[in-house]
Amino acid sequence: MTLFLERIISGINLGSIYAIIALGYTMVYGIARMLNFAHGDVIMIGAYICFVAIGSLSLPPLVGVLLAVAVCTILGVVIERLAYRPLRQSASLAVLITAIGVSYLLQNLAQLIWTADTKSFPPLVQTVIEQAAVTLGLATPEEIAASPNFGSIVISANLRISGTTIVTILANILIMIGLTLFTGHTKTGKAMRAVSEDRGAAELMGISVNRTIALTFAIGSALAAIAGVLLCSTYQALQPTTGSMPGIKAFTAAVFGGIGSIPGAMIGGILLGIIEILGNGYVSTQLGDAFVFAVLIVVLLVKPTGLLGKKVSEKV
Amino acid sequence: MKLKKSTINNLISYGIVIAAFIICQSMVSAGIMSRSLRGQLVPICVYIVMAVSLNLTVGISGELSLGHAGFMSVGAFSGIVAVAWLESLIPADAQTTSLLANDTVRLLLGMVVGGVFAGIAGVIVGVPVLRLRGDYLAIVTLAFGEIIRNVINCLYVSVDSGRVYIALDNLDMLGEIVVNGPAGTRGVSRISTFAVGFALVLFTLFVVLNLINSRSGRAIMACRDSRIAAESVGINVTKYRMMAFVTSAVLAGMAGTLFGLNLSSSVTASKFDFNTSILVLVFVVLGGIGNIWGSIIAAALLTVLPELLREFNDYRMLVYAIVLILVMLMTNTPAARAFFARILPRRRGNDGKGGEAA
Repeated sequence: MTLFLERIISGINLGSIYAIIALGYTMVYGIARMLNFAHGDVIMIGAYICFVAIGSLSLPPLVGVLLAVAVCTILGVVIERLAYRPLRQSASLAVLITAIGVSYLLQNLAQLIWTADTKSFPPLVQTVIEQAAVTLGLATPEEIAASPNFGSIVISANLRISGTTIVTILANILIMIGLTLFTGHTKTGKAMRAVSEDRGAAELMGISVNRTIALTFAIGSALAAIAGVLLCSTYQALQPTTGSMPGIKAFTAAVFGGIGSIPGAMIGGILLGIIEILGNGYVSTQLGDAFVFAVLIVVLLVKPTGLLGKKVSEKV
Repeated sequence: MKLKKSTINNLISYGIVIAAFIICQSMVSAGIMSRSLRGQLVPICVYIVMAVSLNLTVGISGELSLGHAGFMSVGAFSGIVAVAWLESLIPADAQTTSLLANDTVRLLLGMVVGGVFAGIAGVIVGVPVLRLRGDYLAIVTLAFGEIIRNVINCLYVSVDSGRVYIALDNLDMLGEIVVNGPAGTRGVSRISTFAVGFALVLFTLFVVLNLINSRSGRAIMACRDSRIAAESVGINVTKYRMMAFVTSAVLAGMAGTLFGLNLSSSVTASKFDFNTSILVLVFVVLGGIGNIWGSIIAAALLTVLPELLREFNDYRMLVYAIVLILVMLMTNTPAARAFFARILPRRRGNDGKGGEAA
């Protein structure tokens, strides 16, 4: 039972990261109608920026995270401007291949700058928690040094939720609430929904489609940077291909939950994370991914628009 | 005797391929071709077949498939097991006289087995996949490609004097292990030749070109252009989409066998991952969707290009990525199109999707 709960917890942790990545995918797909395959590599770039900032530049961890978010936001907007905007009117396959080209470009740039070696990423979130506790006067550095799992919730002797997991889940919930409020209640958010529903009509109402899509890319890429830092603090390894598999799985999660839907991305991500960890644990470590994709196929066959997707009737 | 225009076009296509083969073969025997380029001859054939077969799905049938490498994988592993099995069937007293001792015979039989198994996989994948459309179809083919890779990663196959054993671990396997789970194949003889590769290219062209110019091919393209209109004139949409999908899978499986038996190192399931599917899709898109000759040229050039760029080793994939993005931007933006239309007047206008094949 303890083992099962432990796996569920680590599944929710992984799933929350997938959910944050999936939010970026789902927003871009919903508004720009394109599969941004380079999204996974933006995650990787974000993690590298943070790694360099706190490693070589020895900046404080929080500044490192903010720097990663800033760089990725700019990167996302630049990619959209240079590679995707000229193809706005083209066939979706052309955009897809361009996105794949951007993905190759980012991976190879990272490999040139930081080499292909696996870097060991510091347990960043844990450090932030400890520093925060010291600053707020909740604990002294000596107390923290004495307890190796500072910040985790202990449920029983061998079951505890680590601080990193708690922060990841909280970040996921906060981001989701924030995005829901943003798209539902602000003027810019409403403009985004308008563009996703009918681009032509939105333009006639005076909404700048280009600016709205650029903003979507900015938000998605900022989320990708956060996801990259959380992913690497959990698994503590970083290499140029780090982002590609989580990227594909997060896209799967977005489709699973119903692409274009914000709560759908969260539910899809968490379910996918749990399925993957349980499949790895109980069946075979080789088959965890196969389970994830098999579940996706079953969901799509039963409910082709995903769990929370809107049903679109076909017009003849 | 008056031949149909499509027949003449097909004959010209075969003629060009045969001429290319003769040129390559004479360059090899004259010793002009560099060693690294010689090593690329079979992979070029493999990728041409992969690209042409994927073009059948993406261009002619209009379904974006992101899991084509999965069928290649099925073909590679079943073909390798079949060849090992045939090898174990050779009687001890007829090591040289037996027909099975001939490498080419075993390779051809292995390719048939690889094609059949990939075709079966194509049917299994096709039934659920072809119920979906657009991006959802793409993601499900991606999912199937990953599932195939993961499952093959867990399989252990051994051959013991005419019997094949399949298991999920290698604890007590009888006979000689051929497929060793994640470690890949073991002790496979390298029997693929350029001549067989060329024959496979010719066979693929024959199948695909004849399919396109047949009644069935026109039905497939009708389903692509308008499913509803095709249905309303009595075309069985599922049947024809399935026909294109399975044919494409069979050809990919045969190419997979050729690929698997060309490597001196072991073949692992992770060689046929999402990136391989994408690589082949890039050939198809750069060559022009629905254009068979475009696929052939793009596959051949882009297989050789990274080899030629080997001296810029660190930068070659970077250059590849930039070239890919630039080509997509140049060929797909209205401004670039207008520019090309001005400098290349009277070019046949088949922009957008589809168009005439070969």
